Amino acid sequence: MKSTEEIFNLLKDKFGDAVIELKVDQPVESYIVINPLEIDKVCKFLFDNEELKFDNLMNLSGVDDDNEKKEKDENGNEKIIGRTLSVYYHLESTSLRHKLTLKVSTLIENPEVCSVYEIWKCADWHEREAYDLIGIKFLNHPDLRRILMPYDWEAGYPLRKDYKNPEFYQGMKVPY
Amino acid sequence: MGLLDKQLDDGNIVITKVEDLLNWARLSSLWQMSFGLACCAIEMMATSASHYDFDRFGVIPRPSPRQSDVIIISGTVTLKMALRIKRLYEQMPDPKYVISMGSCSNCGGPYWEHGYHVLKGVDRVIPVDVYVPGCPPRPEALLEGLLKLQEKIRKETMVKKSA
Amino acid sequence: MALKTEEMILNMGPQHPSTHGVLRLELQLEGELIVNIIPHIGYLHRCFEKHAEAMTYPQVIPYTDRMDYLASMYNEFGYALAVEKLAGIEVPERVEYIRVIMGELQRIASHLVAIGTYGADIGAFTPFLFCFRDREKILSLFEMTCGARLLYNYIWIGGVSHDLHPDFLRLTKEFIDYFRPKIKELNDLLSYNKIFIERTANVGILPLDVAINYGITGPMLRASGMKWDLRKDDPYSVYDKFDYDIPVGDGRMGTVGDSWDRYFVRVLEMEESLKIIEQAIANIPEGDVTSAIPKRVKPPVGQVYSRVENPRGELGYFIMSNGTPNPLRIKVRGPSFVNLAVINELCKNLLVADVITILGSIDIVLGEVDR
Repeated sequence: MKSTEEIFNLLKDKFGDAVIELKVDQPVESYIVINPLEIDKVCKFLFDNEELKFDNLMNLSGVDDDNEKKEKDENGNEKIIGRTLSVYYHLESTSLRHKLTLKVSTLIENPEVCSVYEIWKCADWHEREAYDLIGIKFLNHPDLRRILMPYDWEAGYPLRKDYKNPEFYQGMKVPY
Repeated sequence: MGLLDKQLDDGNIVITKVEDLLNWARLSSLWQMSFGLACCAIEMMATSASHYDFDRFGVIPRPSPRQSDVIIISGTVTLKMALRIKRLYEQMPDPKYVISMGSCSNCGGPYWEHGYHVLKGVDRVIPVDVYVPGCPPRPEALLEGLLKLQEKIRKETMVKKSA
Repeated sequence: MALKTEEMILNMGPQHPSTHGVLRLELQLEGELIVNIIPHIGYLHRCFEKHAEAMTYPQVIPYTDRMDYLASMYNEFGYALAVEKLAGIEVPERVEYIRVIMGELQRIASHLVAIGTYGADIGAFTPFLFCFRDREKILSLFEMTCGARLLYNYIWIGGVSHDLHPDFLRLTKEFIDYFRPKIKELNDLLSYNKIFIERTANVGILPLDVAINYGITGPMLRASGMKWDLRKDDPYSVYDKFDYDIPVGDGRMGTVGDSWDRYFVRVLEMEESLKIIEQAIANIPEGDVTSAIPKRVKPPVGQVYSRVENPRGELGYFIMSNGTPNPLRIKVRGPSFVNLAVINELCKNLLVADVITILGSIDIVLGEVDR
């Protein structure tokens, strides 16, 4: 069984800049932050390595971080920057009994994360749901389309904090 | 042989209005389409099971809309499902009735405030005859809803009301 | 010279007597054999996660009930454990024992519905009536405690809402003595019936490495041969104080991991749950059940992922808090959502009638798939 700090040191030696930081100071879980475009290589290493053997992806969730900051640009107008969308991965090893949490963050203007479908087939529907409800695009996913909302829903991504409901959908009134 | 004979004092001729006869026949054997969406469907299944029996009222579940008289909408109606419900309702032959079971299909239920995908009441797509409140309604409440529907059918008339 | 054939697309639509809810399966057929299955879900998407962001932590509990409506006690249990872990709340021991008793009774009730409806799908209608008759006894025990038959709002953060009724323990003991011979009756009626075995053995075989890669948990994983149960492998609450066994599929009627194994693991699990309830009733301590319920729940900034063993698999709650009384994000990892994704692999080159068998043995609840 390895702890999160030991795994962090192992990954930092192998991947260098793709591994960004280790966050341990908040309750309850500690997690490792990874570059979104390198997440598939890191996960392949975690899956294959004999000391780690993370063969079970427990959960994959998309989150709208709600961490925007307002600042003034050169003309003196207010603009909003820095809002990010994140994806959290919870991994587990059924043979060695240790767990790990990973996080990737992208800016909301162009949210793109590499897909881990080739490693764990479980990620297929979880990633489709993250795309459907939050709007994160997963590169190299075999079939990225909406899964819970109707296929012709045009009003946006519902779980974002600034989502507004449409008035009518195909002739039916949506609000109460 | 049976109940009817005793009521008629062993006579063989019954005189009644055609309307009453038709209404009595319709309300005694309402065949329902098994249309369970969510939690209320489990209570509907429990009503059909042996503890609170539905069969003693003449109600049996049929799988197809073309063979049923009454549809019991039990559970939350979402926007994705609402168009399919409309199509199923149009496939049922006349005379047809609708019982709306549970608060979700009455008015949106506990999801009325922030539900972006919930239709706030199934009466926005099909006409409803009886509303049964509850979340979920007890089987006895559903049986009372069925009896109220039978009362409504008993008073129906084939003659068009003028003005 | 071979005849030219065309593939046909058949729709098992959202309204179907055997799909256990509103699920649409698009079957691509070559004659009667299946080439591909594409499930379409989302017909019951009730926006649980958006509601959770607008409510306070205790107000979310009635919404968690309605996700997996056949195992409501376990949904509340998992949520209460997750929030207590994040906020650092300790509960009295009597509360832990009550939660375990309610959870195991709920497991028996949920498996009875699964077995009853599985028999009804295959064509045997009588076990359905027998299972529902026994389930009514469990529901009357729940109604005595908290007033509701199906959706309870009983397990709160920091405790439970009411203490047990004075007659509850005696009546539960009577129920256990009544129910043990009924499992044997169910086995004689359905499990060893030749027609049932012909329809379910060797159908839908799930190999173990495919199961772990797809993230399958619960009775489906145990039927494929792996002894993995969160009550023993990652214990929560007071489950480590009881003595019980984990049934595993062994392929005695066909192959390891077929539909008969998945069904029979559930029957054996009901027997083990009876053992746990007996031990819990014998050792339950006294105490006050509402003493640790806080007035306001305001966890510190942080996140937690906590999981429990639902009757269908691993139910996980991922809760992120930003220091306010409302959660920032709650993501529910429903076991039926993950278990349903493997149906395409299981149904290759089988007949259309086998799709019903396999779908019934996966035991999905659409409220959990769509949330």
